[in-house]
Amino acid sequence: MLNSSLAQLGAALHARKISSVELTQLYLDRIAAHNPSLNAYITTNTETSLAQARQADLLLANGNAKPLTGIPIAQKDIFCAKGWRTTCGSKILENFIAPYDAHVIEQFNNAGAVNLGKTNMDEFAMGSSNETSYFGPVNNPWDSGAVPGGSSGGAACAVAARLCAAATGTDTGGSIRQPAALCGISGLKPTYGVCSRYGMIAFASSLDQAGPMGRSAEDLALLLNVMAGFDERDSTSLQRAKEDYARDLARPLNGLRIGLPKEFFTEGMGSDVAKAVDAAIAEFKKLGATIVDISLPNSRLSVPVYYVLAPAEASSNLSRFDGVRYGYRAQDYADLADMYEKSRAQGFGAEVKRRIMIGTYVLSHGYYDAYYLQAQKLRRLIAQDFADAFKQCDVIMGPTSPSTAFKLGEKGDDPVQMYLSDIYTIAVNLAGLPGMSVPCGFGSGGLPVGLQIIGDYFAEARMLNVAHQYQLSTDHHDRAPKNIGV
Amino acid sequence: MSMQWEIVIGLEVHTQLSTSSKIFSGASTSFGAEPNTQACAVDLALPGVLPVLNRGAVERAIKFGLAVGAAIAPRSVFARKNYFYPDLPKGYQISQFDLPVVGQGALTIQVEALSGNAKPYEKTVRITRAHLEEDAGKSLHEDFHGMTGIDLNRAGTPLLEIVSEPDMRSAAEAVAYAKALHSLVRWIGICDGNMQEGSFRCDVNVSVRRPGEPLGTRREIKNLNSFKFMQQAIDYEVQWQIDTLENGGKIQQATVLFDPGKGSTHAMRSKEEAHDYRYFPDPDLLPLDITPAMLEQARASLPELPQAKRARYTSEYGLTLYDAGILTASREIADFFEAALDEAPGQTRLCANWITGEVSAQLNRDGMEMVQCPITPRQLGGLLKRITDGTISNSGAKEVFRIMWSEGGDADAIIEAKGLKQVSDSGAIERIVDEIIAANTDKVAEYRGGKDKLFGFFVGLAMKASKGKANPAQLNEILKRKLVDGK
Repeated sequence: MLNSSLAQLGAALHARKISSVELTQLYLDRIAAHNPSLNAYITTNTETSLAQARQADLLLANGNAKPLTGIPIAQKDIFCAKGWRTTCGSKILENFIAPYDAHVIEQFNNAGAVNLGKTNMDEFAMGSSNETSYFGPVNNPWDSGAVPGGSSGGAACAVAARLCAAATGTDTGGSIRQPAALCGISGLKPTYGVCSRYGMIAFASSLDQAGPMGRSAEDLALLLNVMAGFDERDSTSLQRAKEDYARDLARPLNGLRIGLPKEFFTEGMGSDVAKAVDAAIAEFKKLGATIVDISLPNSRLSVPVYYVLAPAEASSNLSRFDGVRYGYRAQDYADLADMYEKSRAQGFGAEVKRRIMIGTYVLSHGYYDAYYLQAQKLRRLIAQDFADAFKQCDVIMGPTSPSTAFKLGEKGDDPVQMYLSDIYTIAVNLAGLPGMSVPCGFGSGGLPVGLQIIGDYFAEARMLNVAHQYQLSTDHHDRAPKNIGV
Repeated sequence: MSMQWEIVIGLEVHTQLSTSSKIFSGASTSFGAEPNTQACAVDLALPGVLPVLNRGAVERAIKFGLAVGAAIAPRSVFARKNYFYPDLPKGYQISQFDLPVVGQGALTIQVEALSGNAKPYEKTVRITRAHLEEDAGKSLHEDFHGMTGIDLNRAGTPLLEIVSEPDMRSAAEAVAYAKALHSLVRWIGICDGNMQEGSFRCDVNVSVRRPGEPLGTRREIKNLNSFKFMQQAIDYEVQWQIDTLENGGKIQQATVLFDPGKGSTHAMRSKEEAHDYRYFPDPDLLPLDITPAMLEQARASLPELPQAKRARYTSEYGLTLYDAGILTASREIADFFEAALDEAPGQTRLCANWITGEVSAQLNRDGMEMVQCPITPRQLGGLLKRITDGTISNSGAKEVFRIMWSEGGDADAIIEAKGLKQVSDSGAIERIVDEIIAANTDKVAEYRGGKDKLFGFFVGLAMKASKGKANPAQLNEILKRKLVDGK
């Protein structure tokens, strides 16, 4: 059951071979057993989850079930879910009970899925190792001394350790793809605007995008079918016809043109990662794909551009956490300014404060043109590089992350080294393109390596097809970590 | 005031747009509800919520732009103005910064002259821009011991901030501009203009200079919500600035508040402490694109504007600029005038005189606005018809009007019931005149001896004898004939 695909689980539930309550209880028991060491979940709510499971069982019994009805899903703690504590990994929201559902949560509720719990994450999604969470780091299930990646580290860990059937994540600069790579699972960041941001606590509004995390491309397709959709409450949500992201899964890869950007294959990438990625490219050739050498000349600027724009937006987005209406407020303060300063100084962690300061600086009078406006111009150049590339190829491939999972604490003192772990993923967010990561082998210490697949706007179905065909001929994605009782 | 100083004034006016829901959320904008009952998740800035633009606010902004002949930006951008304040839930206000929806326009105003022999004049004030933004909530400092209450009902209320050039040269011009703007936004139906409820708030930038010199340093008088206070505040501020300069002082740029109790202004904060608002385009909102179709729709929904009406009233109806100004002071007055004219076609001057005279005076006496006028335009038109066709005299008409105002009823019914029909029977008038001449032989002799002024005395007696019903023209003619000729 723990290694079943979502389609298989759905079939078992439909055939009443297992009930949603039993399946949910199975995962809750596993969470009880393994979460103390892995710390993948910030909040579980057994009674609420089981009540949802009972509702799902009624739907299944009445024949009103949908593909994900009764399936337990782990939700990143960035999504507001009515009645659930929603912390965003921060002390400042430690006791915040969301009074409404995010659109993504609504979509899962409407599909009859069970909310299994809220997964750990870097504070306000700012981090690449899950170490900035107020609720403590998450351990990589493949190596308890290593990070799971971030910011959706709890979600990636929960999927890899079979503490849920599948999970949601969000990706602002690689926060779905990088932890998916480091934990050996599959994750997809859709085109900007495919999933509504309503109810998803904002980090950098023009970059944030929700997406599915699971054990296979096929699972991701089923999850995205539920998550995607226009929502009038998000002005940047795209009004498009509903599509079936699983429709192209079976398509052969004959004639697929894979672009390999020379900028992604440089000495910055670890040799073990290079080896696994090369092997994956060789596998795609066997499946009928052709290789095109391409260039993304401005992608080298994506990290600095990102670290101007994302903090700028974040510095403003996080202003609402002021201790006035909800969230943490300092105990003792002299006056209004003191209340703001103490509440925010005590409520936010170091990385969040660093980014608020960077963002405040780049938006300041006299610096705006040199930083913010300049970064916006470069952002357009980066997007143009991709537009040029997609004239020559159908998908772009490369490593997701320059290395396998690094050790806990290894990059804690060096924010720039930490930021560079997203060097291959950030440009995709800046361009608003869809990108995904799929397991493509194991590197040093037996840790997973991720292959990144980047598609043109709205090419999610094609990317899932490419990933699925690869997974039909490889078994990296089926491997489970040891010591998790599977 | 010393003649060697020139006063320079510019206004920033916040008009609350009359949409039923807020500019970025679906919560109600109605005034006076219990605190925080009209603040939804978006207004409270809960984590994860997003703004969605209210199209009704955009339509109203376009209408305003068209009404002042401004260029409407085909693409404008919402920006975040970042600062911390407890009644600003998001920690930023969504406004428009470098790309506002309404560009340069102009408003022609009528300025009443202050000194007795000067004439009212027209002046065109340039409008720099107008932009859409959301209002903040309210901080309540009373009723909370050592604490501040926050009411977010007003947070997110749509505002159009209208910025003028520093084109005004006196308090009278500034007040005339504010009144014209107030009238215009109500005229085109984008703002209810309720100043007590804060629907129309003025910030006034005041500076003084020697004529021909560059602009002086300005101080901004914030949040004036009555024209009377505006006049007083400017008068005080101007005198204060002149006194300061003449005593060798310097004006520091500052924001000041007017205290109506003391009649004085005092500085709130100096601009050195001014915030760096860190404006940047709001990534939660798309740029606002205005299509030619939206422009056309707004244009089609605009009524004839006050300026056009004034021009028509003077050229077509031959009214004075002064009367035309009063009749176009509000859309209700103009509508009343035109509806009354429909009832009494062609009687433009008579109608104008009655509205600027009796009707205005009566409204003033009763402290009413035109919308509350107890007499309908149809009733007034009916009265005017009876004046024109000679059924009633002017004094009879005033009596009819008085009864109409207090008791209601149509002119014809009142004339009938009160027996106010004018006597146009020459035989009856001749009999009255004969009796008067017979009873006042001494006065008649004086008149015939050259004391012409006595004619009015005889008219008065005759009118009194006819109980005011004698047709004045006929009476005059008969009196004159009998006094002069003795027949």
